[in-house]
Amino acid sequence: MTLIHFAILLPVIAAVGIGILYRFYKKVHLGWFVLPIPAVITVYLATLIPAVSNNQVIYETMQFMPRVGMNFDVYIDGLSLLFAILIAGIGTLVVLYSVGYLSKQEKLGNFYVYLLIFMTAMLGVVLNDNVLMLYLFWELTSISSFLLIAYWFTRERSIYGAQKSMLITMFGGFLMLGGFIILSLITDTYSIRGMIEQVPAIQEDPLSMLAIVLILFGAFTKSAQFPFYIWLPDAMEAPTPVSAYLHSATMVKAGLYLVARFTPLFAFSELWVWSILGVGLITLVWAAFNAIKQDDLKAVLAFSTVSQLGLIMSLLGAGALAVQTGAAEGLFTVAVVAAVFHLINHATFKGALFMIIGIVDHETGTRSLKKLGGLMTIMPISFTMTLITSLSMAGIPPFNGFLSKELFLEAMFALREADFSVLADVSVLFPLLAIVGSIFTFVYSVILIRGIFMGKQMPATPKKPQEAPALMLISPMILTLLVVVFGLFPNLLSGSIIDPAAMSILNTSEPLNTEIYHWHGWDSPALWATIAIIAAGALMYLFRDFWKPVYRLGADAFTLNYLYDQGLIYSRLGAERITDGYMTGYIRSYLIYIFGAFVIFSLITLINTDISFDWGVTAPIALPEMLIILIILAAVTAMLITRSRMVSIIMFSTIGFSLSLLFVFFRAVDLALTQLAVEAITTALFLLAFFHLPKRSRHEEHRRFKLNNLMISAAVGVVATVIGLAAYSNRLFDSISQFYIDNVYDLAAGGNMVNVILVDFRGLDTLFETLVFGIAGLGVFVLLKLRVTKEGENKYEEHP
Amino acid sequence: MKSTLKKLGYNRVHKQMNDVFLKYTAKVVFLVIITFSINLFFSGHYTPGGGFVGGLLAAGAIILLLLAYDLKTLRKMLRIDDKRTITLGLAISFIIPILLMFFGTPLFTHQYTYLQLPVFGEVPIHTAVIFDVGVYITVAGTTLLIITLLASEQFMAESEGADKE
Repeated sequence: MTLIHFAILLPVIAAVGIGILYRFYKKVHLGWFVLPIPAVITVYLATLIPAVSNNQVIYETMQFMPRVGMNFDVYIDGLSLLFAILIAGIGTLVVLYSVGYLSKQEKLGNFYVYLLIFMTAMLGVVLNDNVLMLYLFWELTSISSFLLIAYWFTRERSIYGAQKSMLITMFGGFLMLGGFIILSLITDTYSIRGMIEQVPAIQEDPLSMLAIVLILFGAFTKSAQFPFYIWLPDAMEAPTPVSAYLHSATMVKAGLYLVARFTPLFAFSELWVWSILGVGLITLVWAAFNAIKQDDLKAVLAFSTVSQLGLIMSLLGAGALAVQTGAAEGLFTVAVVAAVFHLINHATFKGALFMIIGIVDHETGTRSLKKLGGLMTIMPISFTMTLITSLSMAGIPPFNGFLSKELFLEAMFALREADFSVLADVSVLFPLLAIVGSIFTFVYSVILIRGIFMGKQMPATPKKPQEAPALMLISPMILTLLVVVFGLFPNLLSGSIIDPAAMSILNTSEPLNTEIYHWHGWDSPALWATIAIIAAGALMYLFRDFWKPVYRLGADAFTLNYLYDQGLIYSRLGAERITDGYMTGYIRSYLIYIFGAFVIFSLITLINTDISFDWGVTAPIALPEMLIILIILAAVTAMLITRSRMVSIIMFSTIGFSLSLLFVFFRAVDLALTQLAVEAITTALFLLAFFHLPKRSRHEEHRRFKLNNLMISAAVGVVATVIGLAAYSNRLFDSISQFYIDNVYDLAAGGNMVNVILVDFRGLDTLFETLVFGIAGLGVFVLLKLRVTKEGENKYEEHP
Repeated sequence: MKSTLKKLGYNRVHKQMNDVFLKYTAKVVFLVIITFSINLFFSGHYTPGGGFVGGLLAAGAIILLLLAYDLKTLRKMLRIDDKRTITLGLAISFIIPILLMFFGTPLFTHQYTYLQLPVFGEVPIHTAVIFDVGVYITVAGTTLLIITLLASEQFMAESEGADKE
């Protein structure tokens, strides 16, 4: 446990305190107490910049589950530090913004606890070297995102969006785990560093193709790439601070991080390069095209985020070519630099835009473009910020978006030089798609500015618009300021942050010495492309009424959302049908499945293996044991013939108590004690449960039913006896008990072996068994309390 | 006061259930069982016993009270929400292995030391015991939750499909 581990875990540790604090103290907005946490982490991470930009890496390990190779290995290089600073920095601003955005009437405790969990999860994803831990944190981000989207859990759209995001990202995450496992099988390590050292071995292994596909599924679902992007627009049901933070600046970039992190590993593969490049560009164009038709402001931003993620994704694909050809060539290195730079820029301008849209929503009560307009004079500060950030997004000089957009175009033009050994020569397509996507981007950026702030003022807003309080304006203002500063002085970033990050993507230690210019000369193709984009974009915006009917083409049945919804409905129907097939509602059916499987599989094993029975090893049967067995037999017989339920219970208890006596004779005192306690409680339970049983006698049963039962019990009895004898006669391995006898005192300082195994050696088992036990109890509670009324509504009765 | 068993339809038992002797004995025996359960729990690391048995016995002691009195009286005697108890127990069980990570050892590496106390002499202090407290509470809470639910009069009154006499 080092300081850096503590920094990663700090939010989740603080979440416990925050949750408790909120229960008892609600006078001051909870956000003020949360604010220092990401701020402190940001400052701490910033102190690491000098070391990392001098090409140092920080590696700290902390043992978590060393036996399975799952250790908390923190690895910090330029790439992970960049992401970590983005997470903590934007996190600070978002928490500050949320203080103004969320009123004290909301469930603030839930909100901040989820947000802090997310922070730890996200830091854990980007600062980890161990793939298993990475996966753990990766899923934790999905879970916290699910909780945050469903923050207003009474709204149906929130639940729908939360479920959709969880299903899609977890589907990808699980496939990604498969990819990780394949990689670790090839390289025999869980460390990403260790894997990168063994690239030749991975290259030779045919399974690596499968690993690539699986890992890309994880990255594409998380980063909302085509065709998985459909969850992101629905995730906009979350409160706006969450959309700004998770669904624009950080979590959706986890997929980009993953691709960047694995670029040195997979760059050799044509599949890796072209699928990332292709998917990225398709996403860029398709999402930008769809953003224009949206009416909800947050939907516009959601599609815009998807499209920008596609842009960065395609740059990373091109960047993999740089690793192939060698970073020194420099031809595709610009793509990596552009990817890193645009990542930072996107976080600044899109974060600010989300916050401003939140302000507009907060102050006018609507997010619909149809109902908004002419707010320029009423909200001048918001307008200025929107103007700057939207123009940056559209790629207009001198803002930072222009710089990275131009680098992007440059990289796409450079692709014409690429070696098209796999595909036919489609090199023209890359710059073309890039330009088309950028034109759409320009159009929706202008729509944002003009739709909200220009034109005539709409009187129909639900609230009377006014400028937001200063508290809400600070965070977007800081981000807007960064947009301007990075735009005017891009080289502030290039040496300290961009270069180290790009170098870790390229896996090189040669300094890149990137210089970012505004002016590339008249012969630069990117310049002409930018001019063309602005001209075409302006024309398309002016004549948008002519071509907007395009969106009405195409039937609903072919949209991805329709496919998703239908898939959900049919998978549920199918699952219900299968479940109804075997869940009869009778315990006897389930017992038949269990015992039948037991008998059949045991018999197959017994027949197929060569076993002998050694009667010499069995212990002699003493008189007391014999007596107990006789009592048990008598009780069983009485239980079978009696007509009274009461007698049945008593006989049943007799069996249990006799059994515990038997355990005493075998010197299993712990077992006997537990059995006694269980028996006592089961008897009470039976007495209570019998009230709810129908008044039917067992003796009305069919003869055939009884015969079946007899056969099943006889088979189980015979098989169990045979297995017991066989297991005792055929000792293939040494008994494990000697290990515990030797170590129980030295390793665990305990005297009772059974209990030490339970709480120490196999503590994890016990932990989760306890959890299962608790959940089962709550399950019984819900089953009994939440019953469907006659009207078909679920009714919940409060506990007396 | 109608006893639980009366509600269950065992009219003949009813006369016995008003028995002062039973009620008084139940109170005394309750204390004995609870003490025994705590003893079992603490001795669990060295002699037979442990969190699971201890928790079950504690639940058993409370069920004895339930049988001797009835649910309403029991609720008055012990104002505990079993769902909260389960949460508390699970929280303890989960926090201990996580806190142990701060010692710089892998998950679930328990720490222990020996204390010299005036009356008891050398007493071992073991984090496994705290973990076991969580097990104890969860087991007792879950058992009680299920049993009191089944005994809940409100539930019985409204239960559908059950025979009412």
